[in-house]
Amino acid sequence: MSFEYFFELFLGGLSRGSIYALIALGYTMVYGIIELINFAHGEIYMIGAFTALIIAGILTFLGLNHFAVFVISILAAVIWASAYGFTIEKIAYKPLRKAPRLSPLISAIGMSIFLQNYVLIAQTDKYLPFPSVIPEFEFWEPYSHIIGSVELVILVLTAVIMTALTFLIKFTKIGKAMRATAQDRTMAMLLGVSVNKIISFTFILGSFLAAVGGVLVASQMGQINFGIGFMAGIKAFTSAVLGGIGSIPGAVLGAIVLGLTESFATGYISSDYQDVFAFALLILILIFRPSGLLGRATTQKV
Amino acid sequence: MKINRKAVFAFACIFMASAPAFAAETIKIGIGGAHSGDLASYGLPTVKAAELVVEERNAAGGILGKQIELIKEDDACKPEIATNTATKLITSGVQAVIGHICSGATKAAIGIYKGSNLVCISPSATAPDFTLSGDYPNFFRTISHDFLQADLQADFVLNNLKAQKIAIIHDKGEYGKGIATIVKEKIEKAGFKDKIVVFEGVTSGAVDYAAIVQKIKHEKADTIVWGGYHADASKIIKQIRQKKMQVNFIGPDGLKDETFIQVAGADAEGVYASGPSTPKNSLAEKAREQHIKKYGEEPGAFYYQAYSATLALLNAIQKAGSTDFAALTKALKSESVDTPIGKISFDKNGDATGISLSMYKVEKGKFVEQVK
Repeated sequence: MSFEYFFELFLGGLSRGSIYALIALGYTMVYGIIELINFAHGEIYMIGAFTALIIAGILTFLGLNHFAVFVISILAAVIWASAYGFTIEKIAYKPLRKAPRLSPLISAIGMSIFLQNYVLIAQTDKYLPFPSVIPEFEFWEPYSHIIGSVELVILVLTAVIMTALTFLIKFTKIGKAMRATAQDRTMAMLLGVSVNKIISFTFILGSFLAAVGGVLVASQMGQINFGIGFMAGIKAFTSAVLGGIGSIPGAVLGAIVLGLTESFATGYISSDYQDVFAFALLILILIFRPSGLLGRATTQKV
Repeated sequence: MKINRKAVFAFACIFMASAPAFAAETIKIGIGGAHSGDLASYGLPTVKAAELVVEERNAAGGILGKQIELIKEDDACKPEIATNTATKLITSGVQAVIGHICSGATKAAIGIYKGSNLVCISPSATAPDFTLSGDYPNFFRTISHDFLQADLQADFVLNNLKAQKIAIIHDKGEYGKGIATIVKEKIEKAGFKDKIVVFEGVTSGAVDYAAIVQKIKHEKADTIVWGGYHADASKIIKQIRQKKMQVNFIGPDGLKDETFIQVAGADAEGVYASGPSTPKNSLAEKAREQHIKKYGEEPGAFYYQAYSATLALLNAIQKAGSTDFAALTKALKSESVDTPIGKISFDKNGDATGISLSMYKVEKGKFVEQVK
């Protein structure tokens, strides 16, 4: 039970938690605004990774340097995945906005299955090697084995994105409009907020974050296929619920708690029980805090 | 339009009139296995192998004076579909079956064949129970079962790699956990229980495997034994190399797939995997050339095993003089036949004798057979 081992597990859990957080934010923001669980969100993550693979392949072929490939392929993934997020909302959710709450949920599940099969047919059913676009570098000696450059890049990039997101939501006009829409859609509309634009923007923002997560994980793991969105989506959704769905800091906290739980359960008990502990924790929290760690009990609108 | 319809009708009449007459003259052999889906790359080489063998035999006059007809049915590697596949093959009047491919699907099908007294020869199903339990007198295979593979792995880990601390991890699946457990038992039986420092299952398809990799590093294991398929293995090996761990990585035939090397790239270097020995005799060379001539590429997984299974079946039918169940099983067990995988016969359980397993190592992007 050395401290070094503990620290290593902690950092591993933290970097995995930050990936979950990037994806969980998409779930939580969409839920906050239109009270919909967007089950197709995991597929956005997968599409982001596929886009980055294609673009990185082309750029490497053209002979660009490593850093340029990293930046441009992430940008391409983000733009393409956001376009998907935007379109999904327009096609699958907007027409159902006044329907009973179950309908858009089913529509979301349908969209998820559709996108998986679409990529399966349009691309391939095989596992594809993913180039390690994350720049690799060495740490100085005594610490080099505790944290790798890949984990560090994931942690730093996620932290930067989170800070930017917090700034966007707290201090910008569009952030204010998002919060207003989340609080009361009708009232926001009456006060001149273009609700449709805000909803579209939320989907784009969520897809942006998921795509970054997709590229980072694919680069760390070195492979992708059409099914990778499923597990990542489930874990991120769990994080969002754990933290209190609808709450932005809650999603981040939930994701990190989930990542650390998995890491420590594997490290100190057994990886056989990794998911058992993760979901037992979810059940416990929901029993004692039904609205999640940072969620607020919502009052029923009348 | 009218003429067309008439022509079609006439054709249908001729076809229907001739079909039963034609059928009486042929020996029907069923081909069951995964011909579509993720694992089609494991099943389609069997179809090609059987076609090539049968084509050649038919050209030489067939068997017992009759032509051989192949009836192919897809089970997509799914047990629930395999039961339909088996029933369909039986109703279409097959006299023996080559297949199935995956252990799960095979398990579902062989019970149905048993009820109809049909012989079934698999080129790739390795679950030990099929032959060793004695429940399926109609089942034969041209591949070594998991006990033998686990023997080879345990022996290789202890004697060749001289492992001091062994981590055994698996994907919790029927195949992966099965073979990992047998390897563990073999090592324990050899008296090296203390050497196993980790024995755990991981979630297949997980987002990352950092925690289990850290644990293996913390336990200072020098050898990792993997039970499962190549998709998870390539992720795990990637994270191991990122941590700069100097460990041996060894897996079963579910790992020995070209996809593993393509996906893991440079990280795959030095990984060991067990699998059927590469055939080297003149029959194997001939089978390979036939395949290259017809399809313009190297044969896929289990091609030689399927080629040999078809040869063994035809030989047994010839020797038995009929496709009667008792005569056929007796001939399979008593007659030996030269095949690409060696001179084989079947023991009392239905396992092929005279075949061998080898250990492979990834060297410069290829699986290279390790000669003992």
